[in-house]
Amino acid sequence: MGIDFSLLFPEFLMAGLGFAVLVLALLLPAGARRGLGPITAIGLLIVLGGTVAMWGHQGTLYGGLYIVDNYATLFKIIFLTAAFLVVLGNFRYVDEMGYHTEYYTLLCFATLGMMVLASAGDFITFYLGLELMTISFIVLVALRKFENRSVEAGIKYVLLAGMSSAVLLYGLSLVYAVTGTVDILEVARTVATGDLTPGLILGLVLLLAGLGFKISAVPFHMWAPDIYEGAPTPITAYLAAASKAASFAVMVRVFLAGLPGLWEHWTMLVALLAAVTMVVGNLVAIPQTNIKRMLAYSSIAQAGYLLVGLVTVTEAGVKAVMFYALLYVFAAVGAFTVVSYFSTFTGSDEIRDMAGLSQRAPLLAAVMVALMLSMAGIPPLAGFVGKLYLFMTVVEGYLWLVFIGLIMSMVSVYYYLRVTLVMYKDEPVDPTPIPVSNPVAITLIICLAATLVIGIYPGPVSEVTNVAARTFFWPW
Amino acid sequence: MDFPVLTTILLAPIVGALILVFVPRDHHLTIKCVAATATGTSLLLSLYVYFSYDTAVAGVQFVERVPWIRDLGVTWYLGVDGLSLPMLLLVNLLGFAAIFSSWNVNERPKEFFILFQILVTGVMGTFVAQDLFIFLLFYELVVIPIYILIVVWGSTKRVTKEYAGMKLTIYLLVGSAFLLVAVIAVFVKSVAITGVPDFSYEGLARVAFPEDFQRFMFALMLIGFGSLISMWPLHSWSPDGYAGAPTAVSMIHAGVLKKIGGYGLIRIAIYILPAGAHFWAPVMAVLGTAGVVYAAFAALAQKDLKYIIGYSSVSHMGYTVLGIAALNVVSLNGAIAYMFAHGIMAALFFSTVGFIYEKTHTRWIPDLGGIAHQMPKIGTAFMLAGLASLGLPGLIAFIPEFTIFLGAYKVFGGLVVLGIACVIITALYVLRAAANTLFGPRRSEYDYLVDIKGPELVPLAVLGTVLVVGGILPFLLFDVITSGVETLMASIEHVVQVGRAY
Repeated sequence: MGIDFSLLFPEFLMAGLGFAVLVLALLLPAGARRGLGPITAIGLLIVLGGTVAMWGHQGTLYGGLYIVDNYATLFKIIFLTAAFLVVLGNFRYVDEMGYHTEYYTLLCFATLGMMVLASAGDFITFYLGLELMTISFIVLVALRKFENRSVEAGIKYVLLAGMSSAVLLYGLSLVYAVTGTVDILEVARTVATGDLTPGLILGLVLLLAGLGFKISAVPFHMWAPDIYEGAPTPITAYLAAASKAASFAVMVRVFLAGLPGLWEHWTMLVALLAAVTMVVGNLVAIPQTNIKRMLAYSSIAQAGYLLVGLVTVTEAGVKAVMFYALLYVFAAVGAFTVVSYFSTFTGSDEIRDMAGLSQRAPLLAAVMVALMLSMAGIPPLAGFVGKLYLFMTVVEGYLWLVFIGLIMSMVSVYYYLRVTLVMYKDEPVDPTPIPVSNPVAITLIICLAATLVIGIYPGPVSEVTNVAARTFFWPW
Repeated sequence: MDFPVLTTILLAPIVGALILVFVPRDHHLTIKCVAATATGTSLLLSLYVYFSYDTAVAGVQFVERVPWIRDLGVTWYLGVDGLSLPMLLLVNLLGFAAIFSSWNVNERPKEFFILFQILVTGVMGTFVAQDLFIFLLFYELVVIPIYILIVVWGSTKRVTKEYAGMKLTIYLLVGSAFLLVAVIAVFVKSVAITGVPDFSYEGLARVAFPEDFQRFMFALMLIGFGSLISMWPLHSWSPDGYAGAPTAVSMIHAGVLKKIGGYGLIRIAIYILPAGAHFWAPVMAVLGTAGVVYAAFAALAQKDLKYIIGYSSVSHMGYTVLGIAALNVVSLNGAIAYMFAHGIMAALFFSTVGFIYEKTHTRWIPDLGGIAHQMPKIGTAFMLAGLASLGLPGLIAFIPEFTIFLGAYKVFGGLVVLGIACVIITALYVLRAAANTLFGPRRSEYDYLVDIKGPELVPLAVLGTVLVVGGILPFLLFDVITSGVETLMASIEHVVQVGRAY
């Protein structure tokens, strides 16, 4: 059987874009490099278009090493949307920060890593994609190299990402040792027929721990707040929205396609992880005074919600994870765009400095409130429908998880409202209006519109995720 | 398809809010006129719907159905029946009146009226939705605007407005978490039983849920809706919340938002889970009566006018809960009519107190006295609301109250006697508050006060008219309600009557 390279079209485009940006940056004089921003944005839009065109084309390459199905394509659309919005909303931030070349190039390669992750059909591809993504992020996190917090975040990310990769690799090698294969579908077949050995269970637990780091699930979440706070804000947004979605993409693949035969050994574990993550993430977010740290903890909590989708090993669960990952991209990127735009103007990430934002920049404040409430799951915003889909899958059998999840969402309203209060009630210390530039306004309006539309009329998105979830279980 | 009148009613305030976004922030009069026009449109249309509803046919009318989310079986299904129609009218009456009660809001009025219109839409939506999912969309839409309205435009007296706002919000959200759990579980169970996803009330009501499942789920819904209707012991957000809130929010909140709790209990919890309702009815009755007694005594001890009304509304909602718990046509009729009546009188009360506070800058009864000399129109409004709330015959609340007692007495006997006894306490605290605030010798320090005039008279005119007309011509209200209650009872009667000796 010949290899149908046309299935790799989006990946080729993405790699091409990455190299094109790199070469272009080297050719351009330093003063003109700010032009890279719009170029990358347009490039990403083209790649996004190419990926959307791939919808419905399915197949595997290299003997199952690489899987292209609607599931993978949908996740790629999610990453690219996130990348596009992150780039579009932060021209000004990057101009102020400098390092255009590194920023835009590595952003492209991190995205490429995610795309590989979503399509990984094999432990080796999986690891390759993961490292491509992680190493790009390590540099991106430490990009403000003269700022202590950024460098500290970079070092922490190196150490912890390295450690989690080690744990993950150990788990993968144990699974390989027992099953004798690295192909995820092959693993599934062997596990279904073979005996259960302690080595397999250990491998499973280590896999869960390693991926737990990547999605920042409690108790593997310690790195997230520091790194989210220290990293340049656009990178934080991208970490929170896309890197998390990518890790979930592969996690769903490994556990639901590779290890469904062992579900009785890991579903309870995942349910407990989800519960602890929701509780800790939401409770620790309450006392935060820095908006980036608060959003970091809130993003930990979001990982907990997403984990709920894995618990039942069903099509509905996969669908719910995709639906939620998609809507979370808009919420997270939008909220962080507000934060980064605000901090380029005022140089502050403190919540109290956002006082009176509703009078200084009504658009920023209104979008921030709407997106935060979407994260909290308040109708008619997208987060509500997303949570409904997620919790619907576990209501039979894990009712306690639904209770914890919904009560914790209501707790989260508390800290989101605290920010709202500061923005709407308090009088600004410095009442000068903050003019909102066009690209930022467009980004925010896209995020807001998507959140509202998905929340009020979720039908179409729900159909698309249904199709993708159905094809996920297609080979059987 | 006919003209989608319900969607128009729903969207009119939203359109108003959108127009307001583009009105310059210092054109106060324009802002208020736009808001009044928008809510006025909704009011006129809902009056039309109310009076053209065919009670002989009964059932859900003015139906609009558009498939919404296919895989969940959600339809954009709006319609009104005898249960929701009075509530829809109530929201619009109060929404319209509340705009005029806020005529003197001059601090950031643009944001105030935008949020207020969103709030009104949310409340209306819960009453016209015939689909549980759509209901939820609107249900929580109201929480956030209320929070912002309280913390920005509220007043800090006994408790800070931040405290009041947050307390109210947390109570309602945690209550709604319980409700959501129940809704998700009920929906998933219904799919498991029938195999067809259907989120509409009728669809869910047709499903025969197992009895122990119904009991569990009804308990969750009771917590959710009970905290909304301020059923004792989930009531404590209510007096603090009202005290902190600006006038218009108190009016809407006490007037209709609470009623979502009672309406939801009847329309959703009892309709879908009748066996659960049957099981929990005695508990509801005890809690309702406890609320009546407890809150009446608490109101007796208050000196702040808003706290008196706050506690009195908790006490009055106790009667509603009692009426709902009795689960028969008469008592449910009374409960719904009483919700309507209470909405009108509580709103008039809060509106009046709002004006008193605006003019005298105090709500503390010992500081007031004899202000009827300077402001006879405020005195009239106050007395109308007060006399209605103590159940004076000829005003709107008497017949509903009486109906509840009649229906509930057959079922709960002695418990109801206790509730009836509290009418005396109500009379005591209402009359005492009126006497100490309005009457007594003329006090010269209040001679500067100017009586309500112009737009400020609208709440009195609108709500006062309804109070009197509803008292003299009660059939206007009861015909509609009875048609709704009888349809409802017909579908659940076989369950709730089984095994009942009385």
